[in-house]
Amino acid sequence: MTTIDNARPADGLRAGDARVTAPPSAGAKKLGGVVGWVDDRLGPAKGVNYLMKKVFPDHWSFMLGEIAMYSMIVCLLTGVFLTFWFVPSAGHTTYDGSYVPLQGVQMSEAYASSLRISFDIKGGLLIRQMHHWAALMFIVALSAHMLRVFFTGAFRKPRELNWVIGCILSMLALIEGFAGYSLPDDLLSGTGLRAAEGFMQSAPVIGSYLAFMVFDGPFPGEAIIPRLFSVHVLLLPAILIGLFTAHIVMVAVQKHTQFPGPGRTNNNVVGFPVMPVYAAKAGGFFFIVFGFLAVVAALVQINAIWVYGPYDPSPVTAGSQPDWYMGFADGALRLLPGWLEFHAFGYTLSLNVAIGALGLIPVMYGAMAAYPFIESWVTGDKREHHLLDRPRNQATRTGLGVAALTFYGVLMFAAANDIMAIKLHMSINDITYFFRAATFVLPVVAFWVTRRICLSLQRADRNLVLHGRETGRIVRTAEGKFFEAHEPLDEYTRWTLVQHDPQEPLQLTTGVDAHGVASPAGGKRNLRARLSRFYFQDNLLPVTPAELAAAHHDGHSTEHLEAIEAAEESYGEETAGITGRP
Amino acid sequence: MNALAARRRHPAAILFLLLLGLLITGSAYAAFAPKAATAAEATADQITLGKQLFASNCASCHGKNALGTEQGPNLAGVGAASVDFQVGTGRMPMAEPGVQAPRGKAVTFDDEKIAALAAYIASLAPGPAIPDAKYTSGEGGDPGKGGMIFRTNCSMCHNSAGAGGALTRGKYAPSLMGVDGKYIYEAMETGPQSMPVFNDNNISPESKNDVIAYLKAMNETGNPGGMALGSLGPVPEGLFAWVFGLGILVGAAYWLGQKGA
Amino acid sequence: MSSHQSEHETTVVRLDDGHHIGDGGIPEQFVNPGLPPHVERLSDLSDMGAKRAERQVAGLFGLSILGTLLFLVAYFAVGTHDRSFVPGLGKIATSNLLLGIGLGLGLLGIGLGAVHWAKTLMPDAEVVEERHPMRSSDETRQGFVDVMRGGGESSQLFRRPLIKATLGGALGLFSLPLLVQLVGSLGPLPRKQLSQTMWNGTPAHDGTYEPYANGFPRLMRDPENLPIKASDVTIGSVYHVLPEGLLPDPETGEGGLEHGVLEEKGKAAVLLMRLDPSQFQDTDGGRKAQAWGHEGIVAYSKICTHVGCPVGLYEQTTHHLLCPCHQSTFDVTDDCKVIFGPAKRPLPQLKITVDGEGYLVAAQPFHEAVGPSFWERG
Repeated sequence: MTTIDNARPADGLRAGDARVTAPPSAGAKKLGGVVGWVDDRLGPAKGVNYLMKKVFPDHWSFMLGEIAMYSMIVCLLTGVFLTFWFVPSAGHTTYDGSYVPLQGVQMSEAYASSLRISFDIKGGLLIRQMHHWAALMFIVALSAHMLRVFFTGAFRKPRELNWVIGCILSMLALIEGFAGYSLPDDLLSGTGLRAAEGFMQSAPVIGSYLAFMVFDGPFPGEAIIPRLFSVHVLLLPAILIGLFTAHIVMVAVQKHTQFPGPGRTNNNVVGFPVMPVYAAKAGGFFFIVFGFLAVVAALVQINAIWVYGPYDPSPVTAGSQPDWYMGFADGALRLLPGWLEFHAFGYTLSLNVAIGALGLIPVMYGAMAAYPFIESWVTGDKREHHLLDRPRNQATRTGLGVAALTFYGVLMFAAANDIMAIKLHMSINDITYFFRAATFVLPVVAFWVTRRICLSLQRADRNLVLHGRETGRIVRTAEGKFFEAHEPLDEYTRWTLVQHDPQEPLQLTTGVDAHGVASPAGGKRNLRARLSRFYFQDNLLPVTPAELAAAHHDGHSTEHLEAIEAAEESYGEETAGITGRP
Repeated sequence: MNALAARRRHPAAILFLLLLGLLITGSAYAAFAPKAATAAEATADQITLGKQLFASNCASCHGKNALGTEQGPNLAGVGAASVDFQVGTGRMPMAEPGVQAPRGKAVTFDDEKIAALAAYIASLAPGPAIPDAKYTSGEGGDPGKGGMIFRTNCSMCHNSAGAGGALTRGKYAPSLMGVDGKYIYEAMETGPQSMPVFNDNNISPESKNDVIAYLKAMNETGNPGGMALGSLGPVPEGLFAWVFGLGILVGAAYWLGQKGA
Repeated sequence: MSSHQSEHETTVVRLDDGHHIGDGGIPEQFVNPGLPPHVERLSDLSDMGAKRAERQVAGLFGLSILGTLLFLVAYFAVGTHDRSFVPGLGKIATSNLLLGIGLGLGLLGIGLGAVHWAKTLMPDAEVVEERHPMRSSDETRQGFVDVMRGGGESSQLFRRPLIKATLGGALGLFSLPLLVQLVGSLGPLPRKQLSQTMWNGTPAHDGTYEPYANGFPRLMRDPENLPIKASDVTIGSVYHVLPEGLLPDPETGEGGLEHGVLEEKGKAAVLLMRLDPSQFQDTDGGRKAQAWGHEGIVAYSKICTHVGCPVGLYEQTTHHLLCPCHQSTFDVTDDCKVIFGPAKRPLPQLKITVDGEGYLVAAQPFHEAVGPSFWERG
């Protein structure tokens, strides 16, 4: 264990400098070729050395953010290609390309150019499909990444700002995807735009103005396609690239978190250096993600716009859904009941639309972004955390996360209610009623179940440390009694199970001082303490060496094993608040 | 013994016999299978046969003279086209009660009997006749026009690709993929079950032929981009991305992080 | 709740006695044992293992080269219109398949090769890097404060409140021109456009409608644009309808709107159905629906009152209209009242009648705004 010194972080740059004991080699004095030319002018060698020696921990779940990043890069590359052939115009044209079923049909230039890319440009369909699959994978991976960060507590100090940036990135990615798949102006995405116009109209007071502003007049107008093109190709990619650069620079500056384990402390990073291992692994992973997306685009069709036909406000297709990442909002709209629209004094307040269409995303993302601050207020934890939590050790946080995920999942699956109806041969009305109830019931159930499971896992960890691993060898004593021999854990495996912090809830105050004067902050402090108890109650404490010694000292006779088990139960009852001994 | 008998225990003998059996059975079926019914005039014999078939198979739900009961509607006026559609696609006789009569896994009657039933029902009251083959094959139809009609009138229930869609309370619009042009025409003409009626004044016979031509052209196109995932749109695509996309890439990430052998 | 008793005994702790921090030579908590011992890989231990790893990596890079070659050959050899039937995939575009597999292998080969190389041949002993606290040292912080305050003082900002006030005002306001231009010029004011449709009159350039001089328009079939005779609408039929004058003449291609076709369609689209008159419910809505129809033929706006999708699904047997987007269900026998789903308002009805030749024609425009609700709808 090293002590934390007050050296500046940049001092670390000098740590690797060797004392010059021998004259530098000819190579060191004159770096070859291009590298030398650049170093003569900018002197980046020091910075590059620093970066090349940086250590990154090796866990598969840390690669989820990389999958997202690489998918976004694939989107950028394929997107540039698409802009060479796509025509972002709603102007009318008559199709005369090679796709027979649409020949002679009136459509927009945007749609006609998308058909041309799909049927008449070599590799066009491949690039279009890679672009769309990469967009889906981008949001899939960033969602999985966000869940990993949440459940392992990686958002705690000093990474709260990175979490907030991540939430913004996630929200912008949704809008970017929506804008992107609306560009080809096909029937399915156009129906989505029609619904979007309806959402805007439902905004109280400003609704009709907002809708006419965005669409430059009545729906659909000629402006929405070129405007979405600007947003999708210029505005949002710039913001996304800027934010995600900040996101990964912060990871580099703060160094990546790591899972607890032997040799890993809150003050170090254990892993592999960028040069050569991580350059090969991360660089290679980029090619793996890219190659995988190309293979999927070769084998699996996505967004067959020629089947939907050009957008027209009169036709519509059964099974109209947005892309998966907007599913939760679409599901909310299917579940919100109609009685939430109110008419009074000549005005209409459409809460049945506004809650799901306008309120849901800001509220959800706001709650998500605020969570690290809420948790740190509740727990009173102001330390820097670089070691991750095992989710089971934070039962309440994990439970809350699963409950939120369940709520999101119910809404998302509700958007597929008509697909479920035809595939599962059920009534769409029954499915909708079920989901309406599930929105409120399932998250509560999920919270409770998850929390109990985490506590059970904590108990199982304790037992594993105290009793060791079950070897499966049955031993018969001289008296004729049988027991299973347990092998104590080696210190490395044991460390992972005992290293977590025993967290204490904040103490309740009476709120009144010695003279009977109520403290102004007392109420808030008590709320905080109650929430803190909600967070930490029932959490089991890690095994201490003393407890382990006690378990070992008593040997393996069956009577004592039974006594130990009985003691465990009463210990468990005590922590649940029930007193009494067996 | 001759050369053939000498080889009777050869390993390939079994295979040869199986192939021979298949060939014989297949040819026999092709030779003796009933031909497609032509749109000929109904004869008195047909109507009699139809009445008999009706009495033994349909009257329990549709009433003795096809006037209807609680289980089945009045069939006077539904026309030969309805019968040809319902019985020809195996929807009728309905296998079990339910909100909807699904397309049958097997067709109960052969073409001759279907024609007889159709003739009988047509004799009860005037109704839509079995369409002329020149309007049901899609030949000479304009798929572009057919597509516009399809998207306006059909895709909201049957989905843009004709893969089918949900209606209320467990009913559904079935998939149109692989359905014969004649049945497409007849369904439009007669409006079976929940489907509305698209009579020849709404969608003319030529337009119906255009729609059939469009469906055939869609079938011709296939799925150029790869597996179509049921042609059900973004829902299966999202499912694929989560299950296979994330699954395989996480698998790759796991492999990447594992220690080398 | 667990108790923390500091026991200064060396006796063994009973587990049913609560959580104890013991003493007497046993540490309070477990100590980090440090990195586990390193395990060598096959390629570290034997030269043959290393050579095999090398061959595998080289093989993967070679696969990449082959993939790239496949792409290049397929690009020139296969046209975009070729189709092949591949079992499991169906009838696919050969070009898409081969280009994609070629590109995919070209990339995957590099990726898998690089990762395999890192796993088998690059050093895999774990390296430890020390962390330093993120916060700057107190001296640095003081330095920051000094620099900033020095700047504030030497610029005389603190001494000159007038500068501070006007600077604040100017900076606070300078972005207003950008915002005002954007918000003000993005689109026109809605005025009455949401409340009127082409059934009111011919559309003018400014979004208003000039009332029809010679009676209301006929109902025309969408997309054929032919008029509809009342006698053609049989019971159980559904017709998709647009007003006369929206689409061009089907024979000549002349006429029709020059612009705004989709915009007018999006408000004027109508669904026409015929029910047996006995099917209508005996409610105010049912009676009004019949009165505004013609012998059981009724016409309703096709634009859903939820968020505007076309309500196209007509269930002939139940007389329900279903919107495919969010499953709002409307009962035609009761004036299209909402019976399921998130919509609130019923679909507006278009009053129809027949003209001298028996064709269906509008009797008056919609009496309320069609489509999704908005604040000032009334």
